[in-house]
This record gives sequence, C-alpha cells and structure tokens, in this order.
Amino acid sequence: MHYTFEIERGNFTDAGQASSSVKRTLKHLGVAPANIKRTVVALFEAEINAIAHAYGGTIDVDIDDEKIVMVVADTGPGIPNLDLAMQEGWSTASPEVREMGYGAGMGLPNIKKNTDDLKIESTVGVGTTVTMTVFFA
Amino acid sequence: MTIKEIARLVEGEIVGAPADDTYDVEKAFASDLMSDVLRFSMDETVLITGLCNNQTMRTSEMADLRVVVIGRDKQPDEDMLELAQDLDITMIKSKFSIFKISGILYEAGIKPLY
Ligand SMILES: Nc1ncnc2c1ncn2[C@@H]1O[C@H](COP(=O)(O)OP(=O)(O)O)[C@@H](O)[C@H]1O
Ligand SMILES: [Mg+2]
Repeated sequence: MHYTFEIERGNFTDAGQASSSVKRTLKHLGVAPANIKRTVVALFEAEINAIAHAYGGTIDVDIDDEKIVMVVADTGPGIPNLDLAMQEGWSTASPEVREMGYGAGMGLPNIKKNTDDLKIESTVGVGTTVTMTVFFA
Repeated sequence: MTIKEIARLVEGEIVGAPADDTYDVEKAFASDLMSDVLRFSMDETVLITGLCNNQTMRTSEMADLRVVVIGRDKQPDEDMLELAQDLDITMIKSKFSIFKISGILYEAGIKPLY
C-alpha cells in the first residue's frame, strides 16, 4: 500500500494529520499497538520537523506485511551539522515553534530510538530527506 | 483513580470526549514539551500540561494518552475541543497551576511516571 501526504511550512493547525492517518491505517490493519506507537511517534516527529524547521514537503508511506517505510522529504534549508542535530537537547527552534510545545531537541534522537532503520540525507540549500523503517515482527 | 475523581480533586471541568468511567489512571506526567511526552509509554497515565493547542491533542493521540489535565486556566478553542472529541481524549480544565495540580494528585496516590 502506498500513501502520499503534503506538508505545509508552519501549518501547526494541521500538523500531525499525516501521522494520524497512518495511525488509523495501521490500527485497521491490526498491527501490534507497540509497533503502531513506535511508527507514529517517529513519523510525527519527522512531520513536525518538516513543518517547523523546513519549508514543508511530502511524506511517502509504503506498508506491506512485514514493515512500514516512511520517507519525509522537505525542500530546505537542510541541516548543516547532522551530528549536532542528532544530539539530545540540540535545537534551533524559533520562539513560535517553542510556543507550540516543540524545540526540546528530542525529536531526531526519539526517531532514532523508535525506528529499526533511519537514514537522513541533507544538503544545505536543497533539503532534507528522512527515511524511516519499522519492522512489524 | 477514575477521570471524574481527578476532575473533582483539581476542581476541574471535563471537556472534549466524555469521561470513560472504566479507565483507571495510575500515573501522571507533567510537561509543556511535547517531544518529552513522546519519549515515554503513557499507559494508564494522565498528562498535566499548560500547553493548550491542537498540538497538545495531536501529541496525546500519538502517545496513546486518553486523559489530559489542562492547567493554569487555559481555555481550549473550538478546534481543539472538536479534535479531542474525534480522538476520544478527555480534557480536564483546571484553574490551578501545574505545581498545585501535580501536588494534589501526588498526595492522592497518583504515581510519577518516573
Ligand atoms: N527537516 C529539517 N530541516 C532543517 N533542519 C532540521 C530538520 N529536522 C531537524 N532539523 C534541525 O535539527 C535540530 C534538532 O531536531 P530535533 O531533534 O527534532 O529537535 P527540535 O525539533 O525540538 O529542535 C532542529 O532544531 C533543527 O535545527
Ligand atoms: Mg523536532
């Protein structure tokens, strides 16, 4: 199964709709609750990052019997120092983003913790693509 | 502890999804940082927060939270109330500070998440 979602820069009213939709789908498919939680926490953090730190983009989700692969691709500005970004507590979140409850610098570490495979490709000035895989077994 | 008992203790008003009388709350976690909420298992847990917007509901959804106490007399808007209903999340609005709500619930036997 393949799903695509558009995400819009700075749109915190609708932020989380893609993750919410994936959660409903996984529930419907009868995926184990612990795996649903891992999946949606990772996707939600990546979705928020694309809305809060980037210029929006697209989410592509592929689900089969064994796994879910989620690709969150944004259109910039890219992450200059990925090692730093992966550190717990590191955040460049704006005051507006902090007001929404984000900016603890725990998003990327949390994505890492909750996924079985994580790949982040980022080019400054071009964008960031976060590919996350969760195995159901 | 039932949701209604929590509401009574913090002199709160139940809004959003109706309280499920069969839901037993054992633990609490207090935070305004949504990424922190997403780091832990929230089974049988009530979230106590002063963050009152759609993202409080979305985060609760992803964290599998069913009860949220909104402190500091913050008022959820129509959008947030509707979202809470759709997601089956019960909110308890309280005029008390986060510290006071936490103290009351702790004293009543609610355990800290850690
Ligand atoms: N998609 C992205 N585009 C640009 N920068 C990003 C993106 N995702 C994360 N970052 C950078 O990495 C930092 C850490 O991200 P994260 O761990 O999710 O914490 P937070 O979102 O709370 O700041 C962000 O503050 C930001 O500087
Ligand atoms: Mg983040």
